[in-house]
Amino acid sequence: MNRIDQTFAELKRAGRKGLVGYLTAGDPTLAESEAQIRAAIESGLDVLELGVPFSDPTADGPVIQEASMRALAAGTNLCEVLALVKRLRKDFQIPIVLFGYSNPFYSYGFEAIAADTAAAGADGLLVVDMPFEESEELRKPLNKHGLHFVPLIAPTTPAARAAMILNGSGGFAYYIMVTGVTGARARVADDLTEHLQALRGVTALPIAVGFGVSDGAQARAAATHADAVVVGSALVRAAQEKRVAALVKDLRAGLDG
Amino acid sequence: MKHAPDAAGHYGTFGGRYVGETLMPALIELEAAFRAAMADPAFRDEYHAMLKDYVGRPSPLYLAQRLTAHFGGAKIYLKREDLNHTGAHKVNNTIGQGLLARRMGKRRLMAETGAGQHGVATATVAALLGMECDVYMGEEDIKRQAPNVKRMELLKATVVPVRSGTRTLKDAMSEALRAWTAEVRTTFYVIGSVAGPHPYPMMVRKFQRVIGDEARAQILEKEKRLPDAVVACVGGGSNAAGIFSGFLDDAGVQLIGVEAGGHGIASGAHAASIAGGQIGILHGSRSYVLQDKSGQIQNAHSISAGLDYPGVGPEHAYWAQTGRASYVPVTDTEALAMFHMLTELEGIIPALESAHAVVEAGRRAQALGKSGIVIANLSGRGDKDLDSVLAMGGMGKL
Repeated sequence: MNRIDQTFAELKRAGRKGLVGYLTAGDPTLAESEAQIRAAIESGLDVLELGVPFSDPTADGPVIQEASMRALAAGTNLCEVLALVKRLRKDFQIPIVLFGYSNPFYSYGFEAIAADTAAAGADGLLVVDMPFEESEELRKPLNKHGLHFVPLIAPTTPAARAAMILNGSGGFAYYIMVTGVTGARARVADDLTEHLQALRGVTALPIAVGFGVSDGAQARAAATHADAVVVGSALVRAAQEKRVAALVKDLRAGLDG
Repeated sequence: MKHAPDAAGHYGTFGGRYVGETLMPALIELEAAFRAAMADPAFRDEYHAMLKDYVGRPSPLYLAQRLTAHFGGAKIYLKREDLNHTGAHKVNNTIGQGLLARRMGKRRLMAETGAGQHGVATATVAALLGMECDVYMGEEDIKRQAPNVKRMELLKATVVPVRSGTRTLKDAMSEALRAWTAEVRTTFYVIGSVAGPHPYPMMVRKFQRVIGDEARAQILEKEKRLPDAVVACVGGGSNAAGIFSGFLDDAGVQLIGVEAGGHGIASGAHAASIAGGQIGILHGSRSYVLQDKSGQIQNAHSISAGLDYPGVGPEHAYWAQTGRASYVPVTDTEALAMFHMLTELEGIIPALESAHAVVEAGRRAQALGKSGIVIANLSGRGDKDLDSVLAMGGMGKL
């Protein structure tokens, strides 16, 4: 069984909300990012989204853009990210999703990335600029290797389209709470409940909500009708300031409290 | 020959829609609105009336006699897109998209720009239609193309400086995509090239095909035959796609796209995605892209801001692959020399972008000999380049 499915099944049994954390691999160096990622996992993440840096991250706000640039300046490439996954897998059973943009995966080769991701011990790919319509040539090899193609659903996605996307995807549905790029927001979107109820009507997949969550209180509010919350930019910033453990504990307390 | 992309916007293995999910419903809606508009005679009539009365079309097809004599070969005709209102071919497309935006009930336009020609053309249409307009422009290009920045500001557009990455067109487009993601419900994104996600490459070519349709009719009237070659510069490739559109079914007409060769392909400092790049995915479509072996996008280089882009429209990639068009590089030095030559021989100051095309037209004219006919698309005028060319002193003058 894929670790993502296993984790969400366990969370459900325990009646807990999941915490999905994003950190960019190689920011500011591979060794330092590994230390921050380990601290985040040890402090209570349920799923790790491991950012694969890209030169032109068109769906990301300034925090993750800058993290990508630092990682690329340090020479981080996909081979090193996979090696990092292998090292993490020796010590942790946490599900790992590689999170990135189409071109580095395309350049590596869709067959090859599926095989090597599985071999390294990650559990899925989330490709932000690959909508469902363009994903078949990646989904096929991922499925063959038991990996999930984790889908994004936006507030602009109509219900019929969400149904089509979620039917062909796996792991969990990542619901983008706001129309915009990644980054912290002052408050959680008003129309969240309504959108999540519509999604529940078309899929049995667990739903994680993200974009804009930066502390425990926001996480708690965002998680009301979701199965998990995704925290990205706030965690990247915390990693820079070496306070990842404190933030994860705050988020955890917000979700569990 | 079948020209339209498939239903999902693919040209063979190129094209498509590689964007975040937030934008997908907007692209689907845009395509439907575009198809409905083009099927509506009232929309087409208004578009063509604007091209005639506001842009000043048809643009002349001019036989450049002294340039022809200089090369001593085929007749060289210039398709004078430089004479359009706002000084380049870009306005053909912004009028089309502006009218479409109004039809869709949008009140705001946004655009990316490199040389500033597309930004000016979008700001112009925004003024004309009474809409707000944001133009994303790299900080480096803001310096290189100062007159166009002033023009956009006079037109009451907001020029948003882009400070990420190389601070040129690539980053302006990335930032425009981010901004559109946040404002997608209210704002119409006017892409200026045959690049980006479907339906933009298809739509922009349809709005630029007037160049090729006119040129074909004009050359038949003047010469009673089709040309041997049609030459145009290619950054993203909208002026080339526009003029090529008139001749795609004329198998005997060679179509030649001229990429910016910068300091030469071997130097690595160029913007020739087809000659010097590999297939990749950038800014919403799959095409040839300048990238390193890990799939990171590399910086382009060109003397002309409008060609300084590490990608190319997907249909050009398709034409290169199928052989319907061929693509060659022209260097900064060659383009700059032609900037001066055309000015001195014909009294026409070309945009640095367009000067690239005229260089190749000269070469083809020599190769074809006196019985041949070449059309070069003079896609824009060079006023915007005066500051940067004069700042180089005598460089490039032969």
